[in-house]
Amino acid sequence: MTYDTGPLPALLNIAIWLPVAGAILIAIIPGNVDRVARWIAAITSLAVLCIALYLLAVLGVLAPFGSSVSVTSPWSPHFVTNLPWLQQLNVHYAVGLDGLSGPMFLLNALLVFLAVVISWNTTLRTREYFALVLVLETAVAGVFSSLDLFLFFLFWELELIPMYLLIGIWGGERRENAAMKFILYTIAGSAFMLVGIIILYLSAPARSFDMMYLSAQQFAPGVQAVVWVLLFIGFAVKVPIFPFHTWLPDAHTEAPTAMSVLLAGVLLKMGAYGLIRMNVGILPDATRDYAMTLAVLAVINILYGALVAMMQTDLKRVIANSSISHMGYVILGASALTPIGLEGAVFQMFTHGTITGLLFMVVGLVYDRTHTRRIADLGGLAARMPIVTIVFVIAALASLGLPGLSGFVAEFLVFIGSFPRWGVGTILGVITIAITAGYMLWLVERVFWGPEKPQWQHLGDASAREIMAISALVLVIVLVGVFPGLLGTMISSAMAPLAARY
Amino acid sequence: MDVNLGAIAPELVLVAAAAVIILMDAFLPRGLPRAAVLPLALLGLAVSAVVTIPLLQHSGTSFSGAISVDPYAIYFKLLFIIAAALVLLASASFLEDVARYRSEFVGLLLLATTALMLLAAASDLITIYIALEMSGLSIAFLSAWNKRDVRSTEAGLKYFLLSAMSSAVLLYGMAIIYGLTGQLQLSAIARELTTSPNAALFLGMTMLLAGFGFKISAVPFQMWTPDVYEGAPTVVTAYLSVASKSAGFAVLIRVLMTALPAERADWSVLIAVLALATMTVGNIVALVQSNMKRMLAYSSIAQAGYVLVGVAAASPRSISAVLFYLLAYTATNLAAFIAVIAITRYVGSERIRDFRGLHHRAPGLAFALAVALLSLAGLPPFVGFFAKLYIFWAAAEGGLLWLVLVAMINSAISLYYYAQVIHDMYLVSAAEPAPGGAAPPPRPVPAVVSLGIALTGVLLLGVFSGTFFSFQNVAAAALAR
Repeated sequence: MTYDTGPLPALLNIAIWLPVAGAILIAIIPGNVDRVARWIAAITSLAVLCIALYLLAVLGVLAPFGSSVSVTSPWSPHFVTNLPWLQQLNVHYAVGLDGLSGPMFLLNALLVFLAVVISWNTTLRTREYFALVLVLETAVAGVFSSLDLFLFFLFWELELIPMYLLIGIWGGERRENAAMKFILYTIAGSAFMLVGIIILYLSAPARSFDMMYLSAQQFAPGVQAVVWVLLFIGFAVKVPIFPFHTWLPDAHTEAPTAMSVLLAGVLLKMGAYGLIRMNVGILPDATRDYAMTLAVLAVINILYGALVAMMQTDLKRVIANSSISHMGYVILGASALTPIGLEGAVFQMFTHGTITGLLFMVVGLVYDRTHTRRIADLGGLAARMPIVTIVFVIAALASLGLPGLSGFVAEFLVFIGSFPRWGVGTILGVITIAITAGYMLWLVERVFWGPEKPQWQHLGDASAREIMAISALVLVIVLVGVFPGLLGTMISSAMAPLAARY
Repeated sequence: MDVNLGAIAPELVLVAAAAVIILMDAFLPRGLPRAAVLPLALLGLAVSAVVTIPLLQHSGTSFSGAISVDPYAIYFKLLFIIAAALVLLASASFLEDVARYRSEFVGLLLLATTALMLLAAASDLITIYIALEMSGLSIAFLSAWNKRDVRSTEAGLKYFLLSAMSSAVLLYGMAIIYGLTGQLQLSAIARELTTSPNAALFLGMTMLLAGFGFKISAVPFQMWTPDVYEGAPTVVTAYLSVASKSAGFAVLIRVLMTALPAERADWSVLIAVLALATMTVGNIVALVQSNMKRMLAYSSIAQAGYVLVGVAAASPRSISAVLFYLLAYTATNLAAFIAVIAITRYVGSERIRDFRGLHHRAPGLAFALAVALLSLAGLPPFVGFFAKLYIFWAAAEGGLLWLVLVAMINSAISLYYYAQVIHDMYLVSAAEPAPGGAAPPPRPVPAVVSLGIALTGVLLLGVFSGTFFSFQNVAAAALAR
């Protein structure tokens, strides 16, 4: 594997490790450092965001041309750093970005920065909060940029404890239960994933964890089938795919606002990313065999998530279940194994992150003011908080795929891509858009429209800081909706060689 | 009869140090000054380490093959010296109540270390037995050190009786092997056992496994572990859990690889079954523990199970992984126990529930314990993650993929009871005011140094494991010769 020389690989490494440095700084500064801690977090995450934007801009230009890294692998990463690390197991420290991981990396940087902004006024144990958020940022950035399976697994496990503590300390009433559920589900899934990784390592002609190398190998069908199932279990817990989804509603609901944003916006994408990178990328024969199963599970996600969302009485739980539903679109597009389907899947990963992130942010704003998540208690909030209402409506419309907003592009690509392969499934997915519109618009109507209720007379609208955070996401959603090519070029250039295998 | 005292120089130094400390305390008019005991002991350990290193140049056996000098033995000797040093530092702060007998305690600990070092180097059945008995006696006395605490006395007596019983079984097994081969020296036994295995050999092998199984707390020989770990003074528990267990593994691996290589197919299966049982029982029973020391005891049993997975694979790579794991486990368990000593003294209780809200009152200690527990659970970036992965990889290479899957699931299960402690320390606030008041816990220098060294090991050994794995490889290769 070759080195990419120049400052860009170094920039990528800085973007990955700067948050941890910030976290250590926050941890060791003596004294009462609440204000300093959040400023350090904000500056660090803003710096990472700027670097990520720059890298993505370069990637957008470079991506169509591929890279000189490997001719037989479908992946062609840029900004590659590859250093030998643990010779005993032939583990390398290898990181890089391509059209699949680049948008995810940017999503992570963006959402963490906005999460810091949204949780600016955290008073409980401020120092630990921001330190943990920064450690989480490094872990997720590492997952997306790893090019070595051992490193991937290391970062995957690294995000467990920060998330556990973040949900468990700063969450809602049943936070401890939700946090424990989250961590046990994920680590059980990753136990299977590790065994799959081990089998891959041992089955390759030369023992290696290098993703590029592994994706260029032909594995025996029996090995592929076993590894596919093992890896699938690990990723299915994260996405989450029915029936491994039961941890999600609790975790999303009980987590503090900023963590719900990160959970839904970024952590779920880790599972889908792993599915596309490893299952689809390294195990083509098994993926062809299991594509139907994947599609069926995807449709179940879509339909079941939407129907359950319709029935919820808790504001956050509606969004959480809609998350399950929208991740189903990702899996549907991925299971189609067509260039457009895969492109739609990755697009949906990015857009879902921004849209659901925005939804959770707005819900968090509402909750901060009303201190209730029960929809029945809410109503008529539009008169009191017009800006929040406007943004929530935009988010709801994006969620149901209104053209002009990014959700439409993603879902459209998914449907176009998967219809040739899974006609019935696609039709069901399209019908579910109607259901999505149903529960989303109903939600808007119940919470924001309608007569004003006396107990909400005193509420105020979003503050300048909050407006800044939510409008940043609105901007991204509109921008990607109107100019999808910004991301589309690099995503399709990464997915085309992959789909060519099928 | 070749008598080469240089081969046992490290042990001789420690015996001399122990003798100096005990005798000086006995015969000086006012006894040895309290402040002099620990530095003398540390000096003895340091000299012993210094004397051990040159032995790396030589390789071979001495005393007619009873003691072998090879990198494998030296690795363990250094490991025991480090463990003893860290435990002694911790005991300086936490064992004032037995000040009157301080020199005996330290002397006994040094003698226990000597015995364990001999055990790692023994390549002859009788020497193994002697070293095993010597270490068993020392540790039994150390476990019963809190004379007025009934649990401590029970711990010492239990350990002594069970140790004696397992030694008897071990001796019977050795007698069978001797009867079959007429040899006591391990490599000579291997040479004589060229005939196909028979029932008698199998019986002898099983009895050897039973005898060593006691030392390493393998299921079903683990019943003493929770009671002894809970009852003994925690510094002794710390030493017992790392040094004694490592020594048990050292001798088990040496006997299996050197004396019984031809029967690998048989004992590999046996060890795999033992590993399965040990991991599972250890983890499942740990789930319901409410006493911290007992929980750590069951966690130690489970950890022994993971190591046995590596032993079952029996390849040079898996033995290297086992050696690294024992090093990682030493650092982690010592950090955990030293933190637990400080915490239990501060909080006044050993129950996990009473650790609630520790994060506010003693953040440093809570952090230290959390790091140690997460390392035991196998989470990155701590050394436990890397150590487990090395063993699992090597075991998978050796064809034990099913065992690796079970081990990974067990590892996931174990996270629950480790997370429970973290949950209590971090997520929950203390309901009642702290028994010790709001004052922060004391920070005695020796204990802080000891904990700091152990924690540094937990944090750094994993990430930098690539650079010094060569030592483990050499040590494992020495065994294969």
